[in-house]
Amino acid sequence: MGNEDRPLLAVRHLMKRFGKGCATCRNPQNLPSGSSHCPHCGSVLACNDISFDLYEGEILGIVGESGSGKSSLVQSLYFDSPVTSGSATIATYNKGPRNIFLESAQQKRYIRNHLMGMVYQNPWIGLKMNFSSGGNIAEKLIAAGDFNVRAIRSRAADLLDHVEIPITRMDEAPAHFSGGMQQRVQISKALANKPPILLLDEVTTGLDLSVQARVLDLIRRIQRENRTAMLVVSHDLGVIRMLCDRTLVMKQGRCIEAGLTDQILEDPQHTYTQLLVHSLL
Amino acid sequence: MAMHTPLKQTYNYAFLDEGSKKEIRRATLKAVAIPGYQVPFASREMPIGRGWGTGGLQLTLSLIGDGDTLKVIDQGNDDSVNAVSIKKLVQACTNVAVTTDAEQATLIQSRHRIPEVPIRADQILVFQVPIPEPLRFVEPKEKKSKHLHAEMDYSGIWLRLYEDIVKWGKISIGADYPALAHKRYIFAPSPIPRYDLPKLHQAEGLFLFGAGREKKIYAIPPYTDVEPLAFDDYPFEVEHFEGCSCRLCGSTDSFLDELYDEAAGQTFYQCSDTGYCRKCRERGAQHGK
Ligand SMILES: Nc1ncnc2c1ncn2[C@@H]1O[C@H](COP(=O)(O)OP(=O)(O)OP(=O)(O)O)[C@@H](O)[C@H]1O
Ligand SMILES: [Mg+2]
Ligand SMILES: [Zn+2]
Ligand SMILES: [Zn+2]
Repeated sequence: MGNEDRPLLAVRHLMKRFGKGCATCRNPQNLPSGSSHCPHCGSVLACNDISFDLYEGEILGIVGESGSGKSSLVQSLYFDSPVTSGSATIATYNKGPRNIFLESAQQKRYIRNHLMGMVYQNPWIGLKMNFSSGGNIAEKLIAAGDFNVRAIRSRAADLLDHVEIPITRMDEAPAHFSGGMQQRVQISKALANKPPILLLDEVTTGLDLSVQARVLDLIRRIQRENRTAMLVVSHDLGVIRMLCDRTLVMKQGRCIEAGLTDQILEDPQHTYTQLLVHSLL
Repeated sequence: MAMHTPLKQTYNYAFLDEGSKKEIRRATLKAVAIPGYQVPFASREMPIGRGWGTGGLQLTLSLIGDGDTLKVIDQGNDDSVNAVSIKKLVQACTNVAVTTDAEQATLIQSRHRIPEVPIRADQILVFQVPIPEPLRFVEPKEKKSKHLHAEMDYSGIWLRLYEDIVKWGKISIGADYPALAHKRYIFAPSPIPRYDLPKLHQAEGLFLFGAGREKKIYAIPPYTDVEPLAFDDYPFEVEHFEGCSCRLCGSTDSFLDELYDEAAGQTFYQCSDTGYCRKCRERGAQHGK
């Protein structure tokens, strides 16, 4: 049972600054309250001291207004750009419980290819739009050491089928697909190597409601079938309410409230969260 | 000033100054130490245009000495204008012997072919390379492709091969087929046909690659593993010439060029390696006696 209590992903004091930083903002306490901009050097503290745990099979929601640092957080975890400071550990990482931000570039690539899957807010970042959909998945499988075309294609077909993309479109480029289909190709790519952790950044934003509902169903199915742990980023509280057990509220790079989703929605503590919730209701 | 008095030229032996030769040899040593890795070097201005074999020429000139015998080929051909001018240039500043017989040569400079007879341990083959970066067609930025090499992050080029199979049912790359050197670096063998690529694998001789315009030197030293990129179920294949033979020497086991005789309205085949073809014919004539 001991393992159940141990978080799969533990993030501590994550800082992500865009810009050089200066004597003032290197100590974030000096930033004017309610702001992530340094008045002296113009740097942005996109993530300011973020800590949380993510457990196996859990879906953790991250909400916050535009610019609050949600994408910066998941992209930092996916090593898209280096963090300023802080740590993250993955319980099942074969090298042990060490700070993955300090690992070598090769090890980071291993973690990206085997332990994490990412769906970007913008599918043009997450997909090679002019390669085939199957090829986008193939790239992940190849990176994990699969060099048999037939095996790659049969796995890609399974994955696309899983997200309800007709297999007949496997060799088509996602550039020709609708937004909803592009997101689903991204999801199947993220699932390719069965990672224990999925990072989903605004997967349903911009999709019409029926498509949105199917993508949400898919996410719940993945959680049920594989016990995949997920970070679901959204500024849509409706999505968060449907998917997430626990939620973290971000504002100006800071985590201002965290707890059970139901509690946050019913009894928000922070005035900002109250505003968010009331605008929803 | 008398117009027709020939100027007494005072070029250094083998054209390049000794400092330049040393720098090129140092880069070459590094290249030999790290098979397939592209070593930057300060490519010199040469009396031929960039893109016409200046990289190969600089390697040749940095290595050549009095005991050497030089062969220069252009797509297998000893007599092409380009090969002949390079030969003349080297001769003019060294007085080394030249040959068309690959087995007599100690140093062979080549564009786009490896001679039919295997290169021996006491021979060096120098390639003229137009594009040294095998990842160029998947990653145009050199800074990024350097990172990809450093981290052995080759899924991009593999993806290209996968997409080829999806589109064409096979990998469509003919010449300059990418291969993995010594289980570490993917390298561009220069536009040699697939047929020649296996000759680099666990070979006895030393192969040097010089790209003058791109300022890179790399090497496949003797007994290096050279593995063409291929999927398990789409193995690497070389060009075949089943049922064809050289119309000059009758050879059926050499790399053949397809030619068209307009007068006769016929396609015919001929050895691409002219030195080899010539020897075959001489041997044939002797046997005929
Ligand atoms: N590459 C960058 N360079 C400089 N600043 C950046 C960069 N990316 C993000 N930022 C800044 O960091 C802050 C957080 O941005 P981020 O994209 O993480 O917000 P978000 O919560 O995902 O917003 P949205 O809901 O609009 O997607 C913003 O102030 C943004 O301007
Ligand atoms: Mg965002
Ligand atoms: Zn500052
Ligand atoms: Zn012949």
